[in-house]
Amino acid sequence: MSVPKDLRRISDTVWEIPVSHKAGMLVPARVFATETLLSEFDDGVFEQITNVATLPGIVGHACCMPDGHWGYGFPIGGLAAMDPDHGVISPGGIGFDINCGMRLCLTTLTYGEVQPRLRTLVDRLAGRVPAGVGAEGTVRVSRDDFREALEQGARWAVKRGYGWKEDLERTEEEGCLRGADASRVSEKAVDRGYRQIGTLGSGNHYLEIQVARAENIFDPETARAFGIVLPDQVVVMFHCGSRGFGHQVATDYLRVFAAAMRGKYRIHVPDRELACAPFLSTEGQDYFAAMKCAVNMSFVNRQVILHRIREVFSEVFGKDPKDLGMRQVYDVSHNTAKIERHVFEGKPRELLVHRKGATRAFGPGMPGLPDVYRKTGQPVIVGGSMETGSYLLAGVDTGACTFFTTAHGSGRAMSRTAARKRYRGRQLQEEMEERGIYVRTASWSGLAEEAGAAYKNVDDVVEATERAGLSRRVVRLLPVGNVKG
Amino acid sequence: MTPPYRYLEEIATADVAFEARGATLEEMFLAAADATLNTMVEEIGTVAPRERRAFSLAADALDLLLFELLQELVYLKDAERLLLRVRDLRIEETGAGYRLHAEAYGETIDPGRHPLLADVKAVTLHRLVVERTPDGWRAVVVLDV
Repeated sequence: MSVPKDLRRISDTVWEIPVSHKAGMLVPARVFATETLLSEFDDGVFEQITNVATLPGIVGHACCMPDGHWGYGFPIGGLAAMDPDHGVISPGGIGFDINCGMRLCLTTLTYGEVQPRLRTLVDRLAGRVPAGVGAEGTVRVSRDDFREALEQGARWAVKRGYGWKEDLERTEEEGCLRGADASRVSEKAVDRGYRQIGTLGSGNHYLEIQVARAENIFDPETARAFGIVLPDQVVVMFHCGSRGFGHQVATDYLRVFAAAMRGKYRIHVPDRELACAPFLSTEGQDYFAAMKCAVNMSFVNRQVILHRIREVFSEVFGKDPKDLGMRQVYDVSHNTAKIERHVFEGKPRELLVHRKGATRAFGPGMPGLPDVYRKTGQPVIVGGSMETGSYLLAGVDTGACTFFTTAHGSGRAMSRTAARKRYRGRQLQEEMEERGIYVRTASWSGLAEEAGAAYKNVDDVVEATERAGLSRRVVRLLPVGNVKG
Repeated sequence: MTPPYRYLEEIATADVAFEARGATLEEMFLAAADATLNTMVEEIGTVAPRERRAFSLAADALDLLLFELLQELVYLKDAERLLLRVRDLRIEETGAGYRLHAEAYGETIDPGRHPLLADVKAVTLHRLVVERTPDGWRAVVVLDV
């Protein structure tokens, strides 16, 4: 990897590439990383984050998180805030898997209680939460019902008995982006999505049973506020998105934007995947309304999956999920664009914040957080690899420098093909089982692709976010059971 | 004979990139369709020709026409849960660009018989190339998985 020659160190973990780096850059690009992580970045990150800095209307800096890597248009880990009146919206700044995200659910069970039933739990979860190529969900809805779900988000699911009311307030945006308009999505998108509610997907999507060990609690007080109160407490974390529906919405509008950009708006960008249109244009507003439908579909999907997890635990332990303490900690989104209010250059302003493979991390006291997290800051769920562990972090005041955005995961370091050449799925499963992690997969090769060594070190990533003042560590969570998509 | 497609490691860390080749444009398109299927299924030979789907697609450039073909296969994978191999393909120039007519054969996804790999989310425009070579045609495609 070659770091750009004009990259300048701003502080311990902040690096800046000036506007003079490339023609057309409107703002500097900033990379948040430790020296080690910086040296591990692929070249694509620097190329892409400086391309992002050329997008019309961008304010502040084009930012890349410590888990950043090559993406389409934007790097994964990319952040760009636009002036909504004069700036653009770019589907490439959101990604194909719109509102791919993480959800974390508590239990009041300890590892000692769960361990004897771990296999049963994982096997039943694998049966109840369909995963893999083209998997169909367990919720049967008509196309019209599905359109309703797109506009209502997680509330739609809770009204139908999939989950609890309090889940909503513990979800980013309360599980629904207002202004979602199902008339802005294609029939093809509905075709792809309406039978996929409650499915995990594949690739890096997973559902994991984890343990919070006492030695891995960084901040006991915040951990308690987040519901981690027992020694060796068991929690369930999962990662999934808007499935075929969101992928089709992204594809449909990539086409629309590419054509409009060439013909109508004459915007020139260095990469076709950076296709964009003025936010206030017809194309921009249509995409925004359709993207919100995909955001909501993803909230519905995770809401139904949470319900299935509660069902399985309830059956296996013969108790009501409420008696098992299965409260949701939080649900965070990775791939979105949202209008948010931030203080910028000393004044409160509405900005269109694109986060791609990056997590919102609101600091203490910010509007938009439920009362229960007002003092602590927003819970941030960061998924590591299935072998190494994941984190629960909290948002901090100093996050203003990235419009309250932090990392989303560990970030891939090895290509899928390379991982498949190096590891064998079945062997990896056996080795993991010997180490106390029981894993079920929809694809053996897919399992090999997700080997821990294919990812950056999640400990380094979250440490970098803490040193950079983007979020702080609360608990490190260790995997014991995994359903891999 | 050169295999009609190969996966490229250096382009997509988190996703899948491939190069497809063919003596004719049609052959190269068929190879790209198989490469897309092979991203989702370990052995494409396990997909039996039980169902037939025929479709026509248009685009104003050849690379976008390939994008449309592969995207249609990704769509049918979710919408109808079909794994398909394109058998017959015709590409023609029109006043506004290009049009293709395709017939594809395959069957419903059955994880018991089709060892599955990664779900393809989308065909991307990232580094998408369709070009002539001294011995035919070549394309590079990146799939989001």
